[in-house]
Amino acid sequence: MMKKIKSPADLTKLQEAAKQRFDPEKPCIAFCTGTGCLAYGTQKLVDTLKDEIVKRNLGDRVYIRNTGCHGFCERGPMAVIYPQKIFYQKIKLEDVPDVIEKTVLKGEVIDRLLYKDPVTKTKIVKEDEVPFYKKQMRLVFGMNGLIEPTSIEDYLAIGGYGALAKALHQMQPQQVVDEVIAAKLRGRGGGGFPTGWKWDATRKAQGEPKYIICNADEGDPGAYMDRSLLEGNPHSVLEGMVIGAYAIGSTHGYIYVRNEYPLAVKNITLAIEKARELGLLGDNIMGTDFSFDLLINRGGGAFVCGESSALFASIEGRSGEPRAKYVHATDRGLYNKPTTLNNVETWANVPLIINNGSAWYAGIGTEKSKGTKIFSLVGKINNTGLVEVPMGITLREIIYEIGGGIPKGRKFKAVQTGGPSGGCIPEEHLDMPVDFDALTDLGSMMGSGGMIVMDERNCMVDVAKYFLSFLEGESCGKCTPCREGVLQMRKILDRICEGKGAMEDLDTLEWMGQAIADGSLCALGGSAPNPVLTTLRYFRDEYEAHIKDKRCPAGVCKALITYSIDPETCTGCHVCARICPTQAATGEKKELHTINQELCIKCGACYESCKFDAVKVS
Amino acid sequence: MSEMVTLKINGRQVQAPAGSTVIEAARDANIHIPNLCSNPELEPYGACRMCMVEISHGKRTRLVASCIYEVSEGLEVKTDTQRVNNVRRLVIELMLSRNPKHPRLLELAAQHGVEGTRFEIDVRGCILCGQCVRTCREVVGVSAIGFESRGTQRRVATPFNESPAECIACGSCAYICPVDVIPLKEKDGVRTIWKTDFPMLQCRSCGRTIAPKRQLEHFAKITGQSLDDLTKSCVHCR
Repeated sequence: MMKKIKSPADLTKLQEAAKQRFDPEKPCIAFCTGTGCLAYGTQKLVDTLKDEIVKRNLGDRVYIRNTGCHGFCERGPMAVIYPQKIFYQKIKLEDVPDVIEKTVLKGEVIDRLLYKDPVTKTKIVKEDEVPFYKKQMRLVFGMNGLIEPTSIEDYLAIGGYGALAKALHQMQPQQVVDEVIAAKLRGRGGGGFPTGWKWDATRKAQGEPKYIICNADEGDPGAYMDRSLLEGNPHSVLEGMVIGAYAIGSTHGYIYVRNEYPLAVKNITLAIEKARELGLLGDNIMGTDFSFDLLINRGGGAFVCGESSALFASIEGRSGEPRAKYVHATDRGLYNKPTTLNNVETWANVPLIINNGSAWYAGIGTEKSKGTKIFSLVGKINNTGLVEVPMGITLREIIYEIGGGIPKGRKFKAVQTGGPSGGCIPEEHLDMPVDFDALTDLGSMMGSGGMIVMDERNCMVDVAKYFLSFLEGESCGKCTPCREGVLQMRKILDRICEGKGAMEDLDTLEWMGQAIADGSLCALGGSAPNPVLTTLRYFRDEYEAHIKDKRCPAGVCKALITYSIDPETCTGCHVCARICPTQAATGEKKELHTINQELCIKCGACYESCKFDAVKVS
Repeated sequence: MSEMVTLKINGRQVQAPAGSTVIEAARDANIHIPNLCSNPELEPYGACRMCMVEISHGKRTRLVASCIYEVSEGLEVKTDTQRVNNVRRLVIELMLSRNPKHPRLLELAAQHGVEGTRFEIDVRGCILCGQCVRTCREVVGVSAIGFESRGTQRRVATPFNESPAECIACGSCAYICPVDVIPLKEKDGVRTIWKTDFPMLQCRSCGRTIAPKRQLEHFAKITGQSLDDLTKSCVHCR
């Protein structure tokens, strides 16, 4: 049991001691053990490496660090080897002996584990020279690689809880609020509401106790930045929350986290225990008369519980349904008490602002959107992963320079931002600087930072249908426009995808989209029509092709396509026949293959697998 | 007496107590706002979205549900703008897709120039206004029924779809239902509701059936009277 921190001097002492644990010259292998890399089997890799080190009696020659997500999920399992910052990717079990013998013992670089720039074809040694990382500004997420999330000492070693000490011992609560206002930090959960104003309103509201909540009910398909932050650096979120609590005058907090995020729950639970042990949570934090503690509330998996009023209802033990938000949560939120609800990433930004000052923070980004934003870059993109970029970067830079462009040389079609209720942005707007307001102007939104890239093989009607179906399933069902309206919109899209649509359907979709947005009770319904409205705005021709020509230009909508094999290009490689689940694709090896239309279920497996593009869609 | 505020509804100056809702203020001023889930006896709920109105506070204009939006000084409310009517017409069409024949919905449709629904009809009857669930909880005070599932699967049900353990067979849910989809039957001294038979008690003076035994037991519990007292006479012979 460690001694409680009673003063800033105590903290400095602990930070120093934590730093002294490591010899900066000694090699340290920092494995990414985020959820993505664990799925690649990284744990086995780490265990094997550790066994090998014990076997060879090298325990004092190298450190092994199990860190949170590094972001470059496409390239896992991966590790960074300090102090040189050598970046190894796609590491296999059989590479372990070489890593020890060559890199750890001799400081040599293993060529085959390096990242190869697909454009210049050169191998890149250092992590920060990899194009994926080069253009990023990893203020929040970059710490992940430097610490073990389960170790408070690691967090202390990189200066952790220094911002809290500064806030508690050098600043008045209102000063902290003012600093966050001056930094112009805006909510990372989607709304983009100025965080400082929210704090200020909660601070000034009547009623005790005041609550602060961390919203970790991330649920957008394809989004996992909050998860990775909570898994990889839980103390940064905690530190932000304690600072926020001090500023607002809150004594009770909650972290509302999805139960489907077991590692996040585990790491944040551990972080809370450790912080309590050190007196960074609980009574008389850091020897002051400020007391604050928090509880974890695990969500049951309803998307709508990410909506503030539904989240409050869920914590209160009622079913997760939104209520009218005409009264601000800052006045009457959880248990009808003044409440500040901020997203994981928002809280993690707070220590940075306090440490470096609002002027520094406000110097990053665009006029109205400051700091960085973490996006989860997924879909038809070469470098799938989590990227943290300064506000104001263009979509093109994110997709082509960081993301490495579209795989297989295909053509970019759209990028969907803002989660299921965001919008699809076409090529012509790729040079727009990314910030809260610019995305809204395009009919989309920042949302919590999902970014799904689509190429020429994505049908935009199908994409709109997919997101609508998701929202239909996640609607709580309380209000009519969302419950019934989204269902009916989806049915109209079904018809269009089956070639049974009429041109009037497009007017109906637009009309009802506006009415659903106007009439719904909460933001889920209010933004649910977005995927349809933005695709209608930018890709109307695709809708018309489905309706007028009974044709799906992207070759996706099953009722409108047939697969056939082009006799000119088929090499008879037999891959299609092997992969076809219904034996519709057949043929002798090295001879022309054919597809039996009666048996074909149009799954597209042959189309995707043919290396010679001999499978055609019409 | 609570503090009064002045607001404008359709250009007319209206006074209303602070803390009251726009629909209440309109009701007091004899301005009709159509609604299906609002009820003066129940807590504001805001689910059907028929009562949407357009409000402006200074330059900003937006739509709100008048049954939950509270009045404030200087508020300007318009109850029948194009945007408002679009939402109402959508709601009506959507409700007709679940219940195409109920006179109350057809009347609303006629009032709003909706000739029918262009949506696929999948009859459920219930429009999920929640008045039954809320009456049971807030007025009767027993919470015998509730909502189950979510989204398009949402429906009013008894716990575990079994005979409702807490139900006193008062029939308030059936009475309050605006589209009459909660069946209630009475035959041979037995009331049937929520697929459960509830025996009724008779007046000991005139022999007429008074109420379900469970309901009288509930009254006995909350009033402190005995079951004997409650069945001594009835409204008919008193």
